[in-house]
Amino acid sequence: MILYIQQILFPAVALGVIGAIAAALLCIVVRRFAVKEDERVEQVEALLPGANCGACGFLGCHDFALQCVRLGGPEGISCPGAGPDGMAAIAALFGMTGGTASKNVAVLRCNGTCASRHPLSIYSGPQGCNMESMIVSGPLTCAFGCIQCGDCVKACPFEAMKMDPVTNLPEIDENKCTGCGICAGTCPRNLLTIQPSGPKGRRVWVACSNRHRGTIARKECDSACIGCGKCERVCPFGAVSITDNVATIDPALCRLCRKCVAVCPTGAIHTANFPSAQTIKPEAS
Amino acid sequence: MKLLTFHPGGIRLPESKLSARSPIIYLELPEKVTITHSQHKGAPAKAVVKPGDEVKRFQLIAEASTRFSANIHTPISGIVKSVGKTRGAFGYDVETITIEASEEQHRRDLEASPRRIRDDAAIAALTPAQICGIARENGLVGMGGATFPTDIKLDIPADKKVDVLIVNGAECEPYLTSDHALMLAEPEAILNGVELARRACGAKRAIIGIEANKKDAIEKLEKRISPGSPVEILTLHERYPQGGEKQLINALTGRHVRSGALPVDAGAVVMNVATAHALWRAAAFAEPLVARIVTVTGPSVKTPANYHACIGYDIASLLDKSGAEIEQGAKLILGGPMMGRAVIGADIPVEKGTSGILLLPPEQAARRTPDPCVRCARCVEVCPMGLEPYLLATLSRFGKAEEAEHQSMNDCIECGCCSYICPSARPILDFIRVGKNMRRKSRNKSKQ
Repeated sequence: MILYIQQILFPAVALGVIGAIAAALLCIVVRRFAVKEDERVEQVEALLPGANCGACGFLGCHDFALQCVRLGGPEGISCPGAGPDGMAAIAALFGMTGGTASKNVAVLRCNGTCASRHPLSIYSGPQGCNMESMIVSGPLTCAFGCIQCGDCVKACPFEAMKMDPVTNLPEIDENKCTGCGICAGTCPRNLLTIQPSGPKGRRVWVACSNRHRGTIARKECDSACIGCGKCERVCPFGAVSITDNVATIDPALCRLCRKCVAVCPTGAIHTANFPSAQTIKPEAS
Repeated sequence: MKLLTFHPGGIRLPESKLSARSPIIYLELPEKVTITHSQHKGAPAKAVVKPGDEVKRFQLIAEASTRFSANIHTPISGIVKSVGKTRGAFGYDVETITIEASEEQHRRDLEASPRRIRDDAAIAALTPAQICGIARENGLVGMGGATFPTDIKLDIPADKKVDVLIVNGAECEPYLTSDHALMLAEPEAILNGVELARRACGAKRAIIGIEANKKDAIEKLEKRISPGSPVEILTLHERYPQGGEKQLINALTGRHVRSGALPVDAGAVVMNVATAHALWRAAAFAEPLVARIVTVTGPSVKTPANYHACIGYDIASLLDKSGAEIEQGAKLILGGPMMGRAVIGADIPVEKGTSGILLLPPEQAARRTPDPCVRCARCVEVCPMGLEPYLLATLSRFGKAEEAEHQSMNDCIECGCCSYICPSARPILDFIRVGKNMRRKSRNKSKQ
């Protein structure tokens, strides 16, 4: 009987003593080496989306919050994910007024749907735009256009993208899109550009990146930008420029008059959030 | 006799050499050729002709733009129709030159016969530097598939020493028989070319390695080797990828090429039999590299054959000649089934590195859906470079290409043994290639 007590008692006491010493040590260490963190860091972090997308230029949401506290407010830095409201709330934490962030969104510079391009190859390897673009130019003609494998959809940390089952192109949900730019970095063809979402979310962009001459571009895709220059000539603000047979609209200069949309012969210029009734007729020349 | 082979890894593949022992069919020169600027490793050649120019047969039309590049010559006389971009074999734009011959020019080309410009004495008097010069002038590149410029290979740096020239007649890829056909047809020219290359790189001896399934080629070549000659022929086991240069060096000499090193570091230079043949034609007949043997083969091809076609020859008409019909879902591969690359269509020209055209019917072209890895480690067993393919593939798949590089990813020769042997049909090599591509991209970025 005594033997049993000894067998149980000794280990129990020994472990208890070791535990007590370890606890005491831990207590001392925790007090001694505690890292003092500003409580505001935690508050800022709570207001951030927490996707760690890195669009702000820092390592993640925690790093951004640390930077905010270090600077004494979101001075000159902003989180595209939090949006204007979120940034205003963060600024309020530091006693500042108003957020400075303007909302950015991603736009797809390709409108080559299955209907407007022609079948080119059947790819049966592992799925992914990156993978497929290494082997062939894609399932459809036009080596500049979307490969339609949805790497960008998978990469989006905010679930703002999905593949349209009809056109087979990625579709961007502008309410969820924060303009973080992760999709743009993923696309092997650099088809996604980040641009300001514009006043009332209205914007005009050229949805094509085909750098071929017009005749070739037209053969490859019915809705390709053929670099005809009509939009460049009609634009009263000099916002449209044509380089490498592709038109580009500078969102900083564009005043949303949509004259270019009306003259584009292939319908490659897309718009968003304009009231549908308000259409513009091409100017009689 | 004991058959030689390499260590470690490798697999025995079904040979499927449908066109073996069918003689070379010499095709007439076409009236129109399309020649791509980049048919060799290194920088693309720069065009020296413009549309409307008249060119003579064997004239230089694109010159090497840097040291690591190669000249390109025209196989026919004619008028340059266009110089510019067209859709290449993989759907991307490639720079091409198209040349069309008039009837008169075409007739003159057909009547011309090769004229020997150097006799045996003149050839024996060539110095190594002169031989390298001939290789460079005539745009010679490795014809085994890697298309590495031959003159760079033969020009041994001063601090390196080469004691053996290894000539690759292994042709370990299934289906392909172009080297085999050439060895049967032109044994004399090959041996002459080997001798030239041996002198150029300063090696004491030359070894021609041929796999045991080509007994007739071995006999033919051996008959022409005089006793006491520095050239010897060794018979190899049939084993893939024996034609890889590091594997061939190991099989024939027992030496190992260190990770990241070149064959020169192991005292060897490796060359294909077709390249040796081209070197002889260039030295003796002043013929630039404008033609090669192309195997057209495949289970559904009516008459698989070896064609002697000039570069720029339309592949679609080659397929027609063999009675090959491309059905929906079939796969057209440039090269062999293991190392070759599938292309988008047959409207592409023959290039310097086109050793074969393989047409796989839909049921063979389809890939199995991959299952999860069962950790059988067979990919590790068969890897001829002693790598861990499953690990490299997994790391690349999750974007950790840098870590994969620490696991010697760049030593991978992309032979495809791992993907072939995988019981779960995992696309191991595809992922490794993605990883390599990722690293290349980030290296280029950091260079800028």
